[in-house]
Amino acid sequence: MIARNFAYLQPDTKEQAAAFYQEFAEPFYYGGGSEIITMCRAGDIAPDAVIDLKRIPEANVLRLEGDALVIGGCVPLRAIGDSGLFPLLKLVCGRIADHTNQCRITLGGNLCGTIQYRETALALLLADALVVLFGPGGARAVSIHEAFDERMRLLHGEFVLQARIPAQALFLPYVHVKKTAGEKIDYPLVSLSALACGDGVRVALSGLLPYPFRSRAMEDALSNRSESRERRVQNAIQCLPAMPMADYQGSAEYRQFVLRQTLAAMMEVLNL
Amino acid sequence: MRRIEGKAIIELRVNGEARTVAVRPSDLLLDVLRNQLGLTGAKPGCKNGDCGACTVLMDGWPVKSCLVLAVEAEGHELLTVEGLEGKSPVQAAFVGHGAFQCGYCTPGFVMVCHAMLTHHPGAEELVMEEWLQSNLCRCTSYSEIRDAVRAVANAGKRE
Ligand SMILES: Cc1cc2nc3c(=O)[nH]c(=O)nc-3n(C[C@H](O)[C@H](O)[C@H](O)COP(=O)(O)OP(=O)(O)OC[C@H]3O[C@@H](n4cnc5c(N)ncnc54)[C@H](O)[C@@H]3O)c2cc1C
Ligand code: FES
Ligand code: FES
Repeated sequence: MIARNFAYLQPDTKEQAAAFYQEFAEPFYYGGGSEIITMCRAGDIAPDAVIDLKRIPEANVLRLEGDALVIGGCVPLRAIGDSGLFPLLKLVCGRIADHTNQCRITLGGNLCGTIQYRETALALLLADALVVLFGPGGARAVSIHEAFDERMRLLHGEFVLQARIPAQALFLPYVHVKKTAGEKIDYPLVSLSALACGDGVRVALSGLLPYPFRSRAMEDALSNRSESRERRVQNAIQCLPAMPMADYQGSAEYRQFVLRQTLAAMMEVLNL
Repeated sequence: MRRIEGKAIIELRVNGEARTVAVRPSDLLLDVLRNQLGLTGAKPGCKNGDCGACTVLMDGWPVKSCLVLAVEAEGHELLTVEGLEGKSPVQAAFVGHGAFQCGYCTPGFVMVCHAMLTHHPGAEELVMEEWLQSNLCRCTSYSEIRDAVRAVANAGKRE
């Protein structure tokens, strides 16, 4: 039971959603609701309104449009996976929470949630996706690299309407490995996504630092074929932007050890 | 556009019937099913999305009803374990294979298996593993549950 009640608003259009947001003091956009409900029950948040975005047509799109795959912010992870349109993202979605939760967790919710792993960001960062944001000031399409810096950087009242993934990124050779401390279904100790691109590789990580990130310095180190694989992995680890996290799942040293093994396996699979 | 503030009367389609309930927007589907409609098959376990004891189907897909607002379910088809009326082959297979001990997790498992076998009648091992990992059983009847589901999936493959 949630102790404190709130208003429930279900707009039919993106404009209505943004207008509702401005009516309330503590509104929350609502996707799959899994995090909002859990946090309300625990008393961590107390919204006075939830604005359910799931009836907005553009937020439910999942299709190839011209030279991009368009995924609405309210599309559940299960549907993204079942579509098979972006094999790397399919793998990423298939390892977030469990299958039943994947029927509810939305792309927008995963990107914008408080839970720090936000693993769908990995695939979007690697694919150089665009995100279409909508708010009181209207729509803006921005590069994921601008919109996502440790977390989504949204203007007041903005929500994720869509992600647009360039078609040329969809079928590049890929790897996604999620290592957990124990059970298969858990938050990641290290979650690594990679896309092979030309002679080089793009890598993004979650679970290692308190936010997901893509590192060009690590990519350069891993793509430098004049060095041995072992040396490249070592160099890449030295390029980490910060010390790995230490928590109940594993120490910083252990995370680094797992990263080393995972990067080595990735090099092998992608034949780098 | 829908706007609900305070308490409202809404209509839920549950097990093929229209049921009217008075809810606050913050009421959870699980609580409304159990406390207002007497459908106590879906069980409260963790109430955190982890255990799957509260699983029901919404438009044919499994959802953890502890993580769904009752107001959100309006306009969708809900199916609880009661709605299977004991006629799902999954239920017979659970009995046949002794796939439970205390039975607390059973309705959740049955609903996930029922949905899976509707979407994938001859589900392969990988699909079974993926779907069934959504549910926990404290009595660890896992191998019997697997046998029961496998039996129904194998029958689906032969059809
Ligand atoms: C059991 C369980 C296991 C999990 N495991 C993982 C995991 O392994 N890896 C991982 O990355 N995450 C994991 N998560 C976290 C989950 O992905 C996030 O909690 C996510 O926020 C849930 O998505 P939702 O659509 O249900 O979000 P909601 O609860 O609807 O919203 C979450 C937050 O995002 C905001 N929001 C929602 N949609 C939008 C939008 N379109 N635009 C702007 N803001 C929006 C909301 O205002 C709110 O602040 C897990 C969650 C659960 C319940
Ligand atoms: S009670 Fe809903 S998942 Fe445990
Ligand atoms: S049979 Fe007791 S919890 Fe599963």
